[in-house]
Amino acid sequence: MHSKWKRLGNEQTKTALLALLPSFILFCAFTIYPIFYSLYLSFFNASLLSPTRAYVGLNNYVNLLQNPTFQKAVRNTIHYTIGVVPIGIALSLCVAVLLNNKLRFRNFFRAAFFAPVVTSMVAVSIVWTWMLEPNYGLINGVLAKVGIAGPGWLTDPAWSMTSVILLSIWKNLGFNMVIFLAGLQDIPIEINESADLDGVTSFQKFRYITIPMMRSSIAFASIVSMIKSMQVFGQIYVMTGGGPANSTMVVVYYLYQQAFEFYRSGYASAVAWVLFAAILILTLAQNRLLKSQ
Amino acid sequence: MRIKRLIMYFVLFTLALLMLMPFAWMVLSSFKEADEVFTYDMTWLPSSISFSGYYRALTEQPFLKYTFNSIFVSLIITVAQLITGVLAGYAFARLNFPGRNLVFIIYLSAMMIPSQATIIPSYILIRKMGLIDRYAGLTLPFLAGPFGAFMMRQFFLSMPESLEEAAVIDGCSRFQVLGKIILPLSKPALASLGLFTFMGAWNDFMWPLIIINRDAMRTLQVGLSLMRADLYPDWPMMMAASVMATLPIIIAFLSAQKQFIQSLAFTGVRY
Repeated sequence: MHSKWKRLGNEQTKTALLALLPSFILFCAFTIYPIFYSLYLSFFNASLLSPTRAYVGLNNYVNLLQNPTFQKAVRNTIHYTIGVVPIGIALSLCVAVLLNNKLRFRNFFRAAFFAPVVTSMVAVSIVWTWMLEPNYGLINGVLAKVGIAGPGWLTDPAWSMTSVILLSIWKNLGFNMVIFLAGLQDIPIEINESADLDGVTSFQKFRYITIPMMRSSIAFASIVSMIKSMQVFGQIYVMTGGGPANSTMVVVYYLYQQAFEFYRSGYASAVAWVLFAAILILTLAQNRLLKSQ
Repeated sequence: MRIKRLIMYFVLFTLALLMLMPFAWMVLSSFKEADEVFTYDMTWLPSSISFSGYYRALTEQPFLKYTFNSIFVSLIITVAQLITGVLAGYAFARLNFPGRNLVFIIYLSAMMIPSQATIIPSYILIRKMGLIDRYAGLTLPFLAGPFGAFMMRQFFLSMPESLEEAAVIDGCSRFQVLGKIILPLSKPALASLGLFTFMGAWNDFMWPLIIINRDAMRTLQVGLSLMRADLYPDWPMMMAASVMATLPIIIAFLSAQKQFIQSLAFTGVRY
C-alpha cells in the first residue's frame, strides 16, 4: 500500500506546483521583488515623477542620517515607543489579572477592553481629535468644570505626542490583554491555591507568582508592541500630520511624505530599509525568545 | 474579602467606562446639531436627537460609495486570501516537491518584512500596470500572503493524514481530497483567517491612500480621513460617519466575540 502511495510522487509535484503557483507569483511580485528593488532604489537618486535615475552609492543613507527632520523622526518614534509600550503592557497585564478572577459581567468587561482593537484607526483617531479639541472638546470641557484650563492637546507641541500616545495605549490595551489572558491560563491552579493556604497576599502572588510565570508572555507582547510602535502611521496622519513643528513626526510618516508627497523614491527607499533593519533586529529577538520557551 | 472584591469591581468598572467613553462621545455627538457642538459649556447629551449629521454624511459626502468600495475590496481580498492560502498551505503541508523546505523558509522569513518596506516598489509596479484608481490596484498586492499559507499549513499538519491516504488510493485527485475531505474539517481555521484578513483589509489605510486619487474610488478609511482635513470641521457629521464606519464591525464583534478574540490570539504572531 505504501509503495503505491510513494509512486504518486511525480503526480504530486505537478499538483503541488499548480497549488502553489497563484500564491507564489503574487508573493514574488509584491513581497520578494519589492524588498530587493527598494534596496536597489536606495542607492539611486530617483523620483516617482521621472524615469531617469542616477547612481549615488550610499549618499541617500549618509544624507538621511544627517537630516535633522529624520533625526527628529527617529527620536519621536523612540519617544512614542517608550510612551506606549511599558505603560500599555503594565496596564493590560493588570486588567488581564483582574479579569482572570471569577467575575460577574466578565464578558462585558472583556468586550469593553477589546472593542477599540477591532475598530478602525482612522475612525477612532477622528473621534479622539474631537474629544481633544481645545475649545469645545470633551476633555477640556470636563477639565474646565473642575477649574482647569486644558492645553491645546494636538496643537501644542508640548502635548501632541502625549495625546497620540494616550490614543495608542487605549487602542492596543485589549490586544495585549488577550495575550496575557492566554498566558494566565497556563499558570497551574495548584500554585495559587497553595499560596492561598499559606496566607500569601494578592500583591505578593502577583509579584512572586504571576510576573515570573508570565515572563515569556510579557516579553512576547512587549516586542510585538515595539514593532507595532515603530510602524505608527494612521493616527499621526489623521490627528497631527506630523506637527505641530514636527513634534509628532515619526519614521513611517517621514517615509510617506518623502515618497508620496515629495516623490523622492530613492531617498524614501533608504528610509524604508533603515526601518526594515530595525524591525528585523526586533523580530529576530522575538524568534529567539519564542524558541527558548 | 468582600471589600477586596468591591474594590476590584470598582476598578474594573471605572476602567471599562474610560475605555467606552470615546465611543459614547462619538455616538452622542453624532446626534447633535451642526452648531450645537460649538458651545464653551460642554454638554454630554444633545439638546434633542438630530439626524442631520447622518443626513449630511450621506448626502454631502459620497459615504455610501466609500462603504461599497470598502466592502467590495475587503471581500475580494478575503476570498482570494482564503483560496491562495488553502492551496499553498496544502502544498506545503501534504505534497512532496523539490525545494519545498527552501520555499517554505523563504515564506516564513518574509513575514518579518514590514509593509512599509515594500510599498514604494509595489506602488511603482501597480502604476506601471495602469492600475492606479482601480479596484485591481487596491486588491492585487493583498490577494495572497505568506501568513495565510503559513497558517493553513500549520492547521493541515495538525490533521491526521490517514483520511487523505485512503481517498487518494481510492483514486480521488488531490484537489478532490482537498475540497471534499479537508475543507469541511477546516472551518475554524478558515473562519479565523477570513476574519483576520477581512478586518485587516477593512482597516487598511496607507495603501488605499496612495493608490487612489479619484474620489469615487476611495475606501471608507481614506474618505473618513479626508473629512477630517476640512478647514471648518463639521463634527456631528464626522461623528455620524464614524458611527456608521465602526458600527458594523462592533456589531459583528459583539455577536461573535469569542471568534474575534480567538482569531486575533491565534494570529497573534502576526500582530
